[in-house]
Amino acid sequence: MVRFLARRLALTVPVLLGVATLVFSLIHLIPGDPAQAMLGEAATPHDVEELRRRLGLDRPLLEQYGTFLSGVTRGDLGTSLRTGQPVASQILERMPATAELAAAAMIVAILCSIPLGIVAAVRRGTSLDHGAMTLALAGVSIPNFWLGPLLAIIFSVELGWLPVSGRGTLAHLVLPAFSLGAALAAVLARMTRATLLEELREQYVVAARARGVSRLRSVMRHAFRNSLIPVVTLIGLQFGSVLTGAVITETIFSWPGIGRLLIQSIGFRDYPLVQGCILLIAVTYVGVNLLTDLVYGILDPRIRYE
Amino acid sequence: MTRLGALVVVVAVIAAIFGPMLAPFDPSAQELALRLEGPSSLHWFGLDELGRDIFARVLSGARISLMVGIVVVSVSATIGTMLGAIAGYFGGRVDEAISRIIDILLAFPGLLLAIALVAVLGPSLTNVVLALCLIGWVGYARLVRGQVLRAREFEFVQAARALGAQTSRILVQHIIPTALPAVTVQATLGMGGAILAEASLSFLGLGVQPPTPSWGTMLSYGRSHLLDAPHLTIFPGLAIAVVVLGFNFLGDGLRDTFDPATTRRT
Repeated sequence: MVRFLARRLALTVPVLLGVATLVFSLIHLIPGDPAQAMLGEAATPHDVEELRRRLGLDRPLLEQYGTFLSGVTRGDLGTSLRTGQPVASQILERMPATAELAAAAMIVAILCSIPLGIVAAVRRGTSLDHGAMTLALAGVSIPNFWLGPLLAIIFSVELGWLPVSGRGTLAHLVLPAFSLGAALAAVLARMTRATLLEELREQYVVAARARGVSRLRSVMRHAFRNSLIPVVTLIGLQFGSVLTGAVITETIFSWPGIGRLLIQSIGFRDYPLVQGCILLIAVTYVGVNLLTDLVYGILDPRIRYE
Repeated sequence: MTRLGALVVVVAVIAAIFGPMLAPFDPSAQELALRLEGPSSLHWFGLDELGRDIFARVLSGARISLMVGIVVVSVSATIGTMLGAIAGYFGGRVDEAISRIIDILLAFPGLLLAIALVAVLGPSLTNVVLALCLIGWVGYARLVRGQVLRAREFEFVQAARALGAQTSRILVQHIIPTALPAVTVQATLGMGGAILAEASLSFLGLGVQPPTPSWGTMLSYGRSHLLDAPHLTIFPGLAIAVVVLGFNFLGDGLRDTFDPATTRRT
């Protein structure tokens, strides 16, 4: 297990370095002078020169890269152009809101998808199965930037049950969580059905039934528990789409998280803040993927010895 | 479901090609006196905030969405297939280099890198296509690399090599065709993905810029009229959902056809 852990960690280091390099390069992809682009056409040459100096853009590229990497390792992501505050502290301020939304969306997705997948697998080939899987495919196809406003029209505008935007109470969390969790629920339901069907064909399930174990018990105690391994992995892998979806969901529901901060900072051409948000989301995603791999390694010993 | 998907795709393609000719109104023509008017027998999907016919704009948006989908999928599939085939066939350092690039690009979840790229390059349709192609090839490369690793051990490939066939000929004529069914499935599902991605970026204000009609931009503008004119949100969103669902149905059906093992499993 230690070797498996060490190997996975060693593979993560170059990926993180590559991610940091790509994020560093972003500012240099800006067409023309990045400092001019950030300040706009109305800026004086003196202001542009001053910003160029402040961001270190007047120094050699390698030196800029070294400064960026050393800053990142110390948690220093630069200073926001608009607020003058450290980028890291602004992101940390918004992090709890995004974590709350992502966690709620994943809980919604798991609670909706697992029963749907089990029912579809157990009732394979019936209209219940076709209905559940059509619903799942629709869930993948419906964009969350449409589902969100639709839910708001029904539950906020028409019924007046839930607030349409903002953060504060549990009621504020319901619509964003459902809007963000729907696509994940659809993917998980399809996966649960597929893996459970495979397990239901295994000899140990047939043997359990032959021993007189009830159908419900053979499904839930035997087949379902084993089918969970790939589902758990998929939940980890899908965390990335939840993070990206949060950018849109937070924009729709004015949810004060990192996604909204990213879109706002793009609007203000606050590129150090854009870089910070992108870097943090990507590093979180890499971390969750690593954790998923490790959990998979613990759950399925075959992975460790490959 | 596959037939339904194919039907939706065909209708969407017809709408994209002939839509502007079939539309009863010019998508840019404004009737300010009737702005935000709901659906009627004259204006089937109603009018937007500038009094433009939403049905005509949805038809025009189909052209943009499908064009983005076709360009992104064609470029991504071509580059991804070539790089994946080269990585899988040659192995060693070439494979190592391509695989590391793939790993790094996959470290950015979903649309995040596209959002970052469009943020720095500037919002435009060209930059959206460029950004989506830059992240899109990775999936194809990984898929084809896996297929090629398997195919290069096939006897007919070894026979071609023994007969002295050139590497490029072995790759193009013998190895890549074995990966094409999987690439076709991925491309069909990728069309839906690209349409969703373009709409997402346009919704965030990073894609197609007004007054060009795009489903994502229309949804974005509809958001500010959610209370007084929900039809601005409902119809463009419905168009996206139906077309993406069509491509997903078709992709699923093709996968079942090309990979009977999946059909048996499910």
